Amino acid sequence: MEGAQKAASDEVIQGKDGGNGKFLNPTPMLDELEKGPWPSFISGFKELAERTEKPMLRGVMDQLEYSYNTKMGYWKGGLVTVDGYGAGVITRYSMIKDKFPEATEFHTMRIQPAPGLHYNTEMLRGLCDTWEKYGSGIITLHGQTGDIMLQGIEQDKVQECFDELNQAGWDLGGAGAGMRTAVSCIGPGRCENACYDDLKAHLKLLKHFVGPLHRPEWNYKIKLKFSGCPNDCTNAIMRSDLAVIGTWKDAIQIEPEEVTAWVEKNGIDAVVNQVINLCPTKAISLKDGEMVIDSRDCVRCMHCLNVMPKALSPGNERGISLLMGGKNTLKVGVNMGSLIVPFMKMESDEDMDEFIELVEGIIDWWDDNGLDHERIGETIERVGLKLFLEGVGLEVNINMVTRPRDNPYFKAKY
Amino acid sequence: MSSPEKKWKTVESGPHSYEEALHPVVRKNYGKWKYHEIPKPGVLKHVAHSGDAIYTVRAGTPRQDTVDMLRRLCDVADKYSDGYLRFTVRNNVEFLTPNEANVEPMILELEAMGFPVGGTGMCVSSVSHTQGWLHCDIPATDASGVVKSMMDTLYHEFRGMEMPNKVRLSTSCCAINCGGQADIAVVVKHTRPPRINHDHLATICELPKAVARCPVAAIRPTVINGKKSLMVDEEKCICCGACFGACPAMEINHPEHSKFAIWVGGKNSNARSKPSTMSIVAHNLPNNPPRWPEVTDVIGKILTAYKEGGRPWERVGEWINRIGWKRFFEETGLTFDDDMIDSYRHARTTFNQSAHVRF
Repeated sequence: MEGAQKAASDEVIQGKDGGNGKFLNPTPMLDELEKGPWPSFISGFKELAERTEKPMLRGVMDQLEYSYNTKMGYWKGGLVTVDGYGAGVITRYSMIKDKFPEATEFHTMRIQPAPGLHYNTEMLRGLCDTWEKYGSGIITLHGQTGDIMLQGIEQDKVQECFDELNQAGWDLGGAGAGMRTAVSCIGPGRCENACYDDLKAHLKLLKHFVGPLHRPEWNYKIKLKFSGCPNDCTNAIMRSDLAVIGTWKDAIQIEPEEVTAWVEKNGIDAVVNQVINLCPTKAISLKDGEMVIDSRDCVRCMHCLNVMPKALSPGNERGISLLMGGKNTLKVGVNMGSLIVPFMKMESDEDMDEFIELVEGIIDWWDDNGLDHERIGETIERVGLKLFLEGVGLEVNINMVTRPRDNPYFKAKY
Repeated sequence: MSSPEKKWKTVESGPHSYEEALHPVVRKNYGKWKYHEIPKPGVLKHVAHSGDAIYTVRAGTPRQDTVDMLRRLCDVADKYSDGYLRFTVRNNVEFLTPNEANVEPMILELEAMGFPVGGTGMCVSSVSHTQGWLHCDIPATDASGVVKSMMDTLYHEFRGMEMPNKVRLSTSCCAINCGGQADIAVVVKHTRPPRINHDHLATICELPKAVARCPVAAIRPTVINGKKSLMVDEEKCICCGACFGACPAMEINHPEHSKFAIWVGGKNSNARSKPSTMSIVAHNLPNNPPRWPEVTDVIGKILTAYKEGGRPWERVGEWINRIGWKRFFEETGLTFDDDMIDSYRHARTTFNQSAHVRF
């Protein structure tokens, strides 16, 4: 983009002293990533390495530079963990340690952050101090599954590091064929659209499933993600086996004065073009100049609420929709989660216990009926949704499909 | 591995608790927010039913961070947001303060430290991405380097709000696509079947697992030089790399033959249209470190056309649905080819089963 390129050339920030310090070896390819205005991870690595003089950092930079030249990766997996756990440390050994002995071991500890990715500086500084003491000092905030990733530790320091982190309230995240670390949006912590307390649900569910998270023994992984509303800021429908999406049952709440104020500010064209015309089910109309929403036509997509946040809010009867089966391409193709529970209350502890019971039933069915390395969406693809509903004891609901079947060949009950 | 002098007994505590990580104003108004505004790019103002307001300043990070960088972010939080900060799923850092007077000084300080303030509203936010050569065991390319190269060219778009709607990007360093579905995604595309190391295969791989992993049943047991091994029917192979994840002796990555493809139209939100998956619009782009100029060039073309032609609130996929794929390819200058016709399960549902034609 022209404007962007101009901005980039106007605001080039050259790398600091990286590469010219005494500790690191030359990395001319990586140095190219110190140019340009976006913050550079290479400049960060160099600063850390020159200050701490940890040999692992030099070795990893050397191996990364080598990868940039050969266009190949050089890490292989293995088995490192902490006492009593079967998952949570991602093991990495260099395949070319003869060339880069300082990069021999570069294991990652996955750590579960607080729901909503909230920190206070005491928590975060403590994490940094422990990590610098035992590990490389490189941290990813956050990994795709939602973990804090402490990258770069040797096997013989893992247990001690974990003990210190655990005393500060941190626990390892998931890996392998078990429950995985979850993600939740900011939810009631700041958002007016949060239809349930997704931070609380996240904490409660993941504490409940802490056993199969640390000791994976299912067919394959299960990911839970919690979004406070159908805007789905955690990308739960696409990225999790069980997507817990906040929603509401009754009518959208309208503040007529705020609607009027919005129209005065943005004009009638904007109401028509940006609100009414973009409603996917044509649920909004103007009656005598007033905006009316027919709740029976509304599918709770969030669009009008996003455009007019001051004038419109979710209804009062709030809860969740549960979608199941989301995962990416391998092997059956991209699979969006699909709706299996249209609405459930999620307010009281009893509501949450009922939800946990449902999730346990779903996992039990999948564990009994799924094949090795088969995500639950793939199991459904293979055996059909009907068998699943029978197996789990969920009642069939028209909201589970976009329309009834178009293929006439099936064995009907008779 | 257990140390003999070990005193601490593990507490299987799960996620870290969050209450102490919430700003007191957030705690007070928890679940009682009324509305929000975006006073300027990178700044949000949330107002509670109580009348309290909290300001958020959002800034981009490299995601691949260090303890030094995080301590600097903590310094900012201690100085301007009472010691509280959080991160977004798009790797941005957020500082929440009830004190409006702190907003401008915080922006100046963050920008002076090299953290671009932005990522709000109708902008191009930062990239959801993977690990790549830095840490992954099956990558065909790097991740953070591609992201850095992309975001350098999109710096202005991150700090502004000039797009028709938000633009979500992702990158993935293998065809599993851990980066996920996005408005625009950069994903590795292997173009050759795996290369098999018959000397080691049987000793490092479970043969039935590797056979079962193949989505098109292209892998068969065989014996090579008296050793058990596997062979790939190269006619059937779709170069997905699934077998490599199960069996490191079936190397799928190649410095020249592992290419890049660009995908568009993924959407996770339910707003207006249902969530959607992506379509391929460019492929055979070279894996060209350290700056991947061919990739950033295609992304620039797509964003320029979208910025020009998208209507307010249209995401990239919705814009394409309105103008049609024919005009998308014309306006971006990209070329549709026969490899872009789907050939996998459900391919039929992507054919135009109508007489609707665009001229």
